[in-house]
Amino acid sequence: MTETTTRRTIEVALGTSGLDANGMPIRAPLVVQGHNAVALEGTSTFEPELDSDHMLINIGPQHPATHGVLRLVLELDGETVVRCVPHIGYLHCGFEKIGEYRQYNQIIPWTDREDYLNSPGNNVAFALGCERLFGVEITPRCTVLRVIAMELSRIISHVVWLGTTSVDMGAFTPFLWLYQERENVYNLLEAWVGARLTTSMTRVGGMAADIPDGWLDGLRAFIKGFSKTLEESVKMLETNAIWAGRTVGLGAMSAEEAVNAGLSGPMLRASGVAYDVRKDFPYMDYETYDFDVPVGTAGDVYDRFLVRAEEMRQSIRILEQAVRRLPDGPVNIDDPRLILPPKHKATSEMESMIHHFKLVMEGPRPPAGECYVAVESPKGEKGYYMVSDGSAKPVRWRIRPPSFVNLSAIPRMVEGHLLSDVIAINASIDIVMGEIDR
Amino acid sequence: MTAPNLPAPSSGTAPDGTPSTPRGLPHRGGALNPSADALAERFGDAIVRSEATWGETTVFVHVESLHEIVRWLHDEPTQRYDYLVDVTAVEYRDAMRPIEVVWHLRALGHRRFLRLKVELPKRGTLIVPSVIDVYCGADWLERECYDMFGIKFDGHPDLRRILLWENYQEGFPLRKNFPLRGRFSRAEQLKQALAQDPEARYSMNELTIAEAFDSLPEDMRRRLAADRARTGEEGVE
Repeated sequence: MTETTTRRTIEVALGTSGLDANGMPIRAPLVVQGHNAVALEGTSTFEPELDSDHMLINIGPQHPATHGVLRLVLELDGETVVRCVPHIGYLHCGFEKIGEYRQYNQIIPWTDREDYLNSPGNNVAFALGCERLFGVEITPRCTVLRVIAMELSRIISHVVWLGTTSVDMGAFTPFLWLYQERENVYNLLEAWVGARLTTSMTRVGGMAADIPDGWLDGLRAFIKGFSKTLEESVKMLETNAIWAGRTVGLGAMSAEEAVNAGLSGPMLRASGVAYDVRKDFPYMDYETYDFDVPVGTAGDVYDRFLVRAEEMRQSIRILEQAVRRLPDGPVNIDDPRLILPPKHKATSEMESMIHHFKLVMEGPRPPAGECYVAVESPKGEKGYYMVSDGSAKPVRWRIRPPSFVNLSAIPRMVEGHLLSDVIAINASIDIVMGEIDR
Repeated sequence: MTAPNLPAPSSGTAPDGTPSTPRGLPHRGGALNPSADALAERFGDAIVRSEATWGETTVFVHVESLHEIVRWLHDEPTQRYDYLVDVTAVEYRDAMRPIEVVWHLRALGHRRFLRLKVELPKRGTLIVPSVIDVYCGADWLERECYDMFGIKFDGHPDLRRILLWENYQEGFPLRKNFPLRGRFSRAEQLKQALAQDPEARYSMNELTIAEAFDSLPEDMRRRLAADRARTGEEGVE
């Protein structure tokens, strides 16, 4: 029985022990005496000879903690990550190629499916890009409706992030509370456009539908209920020792590093850079709304959590202002070259029928040109770069995917951390593989 | 065409200097980004031309000077383009037009946006300098551009396919001569997919770890050996 060297030293993070001066969880050495331990003469400090070889470990693509079909190949020294090689592309569908074969309004359903937690936001961003390309201005009512759609979509995305991340860290309750609020937003969207997840709610020059009667009351009720749920969920995590122990000090990026790596959204703001497209390159009159841009100091997973939580509060502020200022008037612009006539006119009036036919069969044609329109999506700077040669289909439709660029920094963030921290850091990036692989 | 009660046109900056929503942008012409003039003054002949479309400035540059220009835009205190938004390319349907490689840059401090373009004739080699030493965020963006268009980025340390798999044989999907459904028939695609060993999935880079080469499946060892013979890289054995 020479192999019974069962005396080992294990380090465990005691969830309730709090943090040390560096903000790291206090780890208390715990000596475990094996079940069949045999105290050998002179071997009380015996450590088994560790193999110095590094280990290769594969996470994903089918792994619940990778939030999609992400695959990480990790080189481990013991439990510490020495190198991380991410592999993506398992969900690649060629959206950009397909877009070159579709009219502008036909692309809108594709934008639903890239970042599927932010469908209304993508629809709005794409429509904004098209409108710049066509050189038209949308109506004031449409602008405010789109702001409401974008902020609701930001809330959905952050709620899903907070819920799934808390499950990753072992907290199940916020997940259930927050997913209920997500259902409430989807109910609102369903009442508005008839779809829940893939909304396709914008058109070039307007919206698919105006809000129904009484919808704003539903929105007000949601805002009231959601604020309460949000505060409860955040309060549950904010000062929780387990949550703090699993997030503080992990995956920190300095401000220069984050800017140089092209990070955007909450990832960048957690590092202390107050870059928000809504403030710095405004669109849809965001400069006239009163809201703050939260920034972090340490750039770690915990700060990203705080930034996202605060962003949801700011979204509520924007929603309240938007509800107050929503003007009456038409939603769609008055341009028969872009907007379909009402069905009853298309079947009874000659001119409307011609417009309808031309719009559906040929599609609207923008002048030759190009534009890059960026919006602040929940993940970061989401941009659409569109190039037109004057035909009804774009020459190039490029999606600037924020989570793609954010994820590309993951090797820098995880190297040097423990394997279990990789899950937390990966969750903090808030990736959606539909957007990364497109 | 325009709805009533719209605010006055604006170029993206209010009179007091704060950013505002751009409105009524001109299709062609309009004010150029001040960096375009600064570039023309500093680099002279390296700048082909500058133009403004829908309020955005595009500067066409020669490919030889691109890296120097990007470095200058990043480092020069009056410019400070510290944020690389995107690297991509455009191929037009007109077969005579060159392929354009596009860099979107932002100066976060000055709140400026600039588009740099390099025109590459289709008959020549599609190669441009990598800007990864200026912006480390260019890593995956350049890899994707290579994956989709076949444009090589000289100086990129790890330029391999990113969205498509390593030994994808059908070419570069966003090129205009690539059919929407792919080059191979469905039967051929299925045959190739079934012929692959699903275990053979680590890259050469990863296999340098832990002397894993000998324990590989036979077909992957063959493939890696063929790759090595083709590229002349040093192996792991």
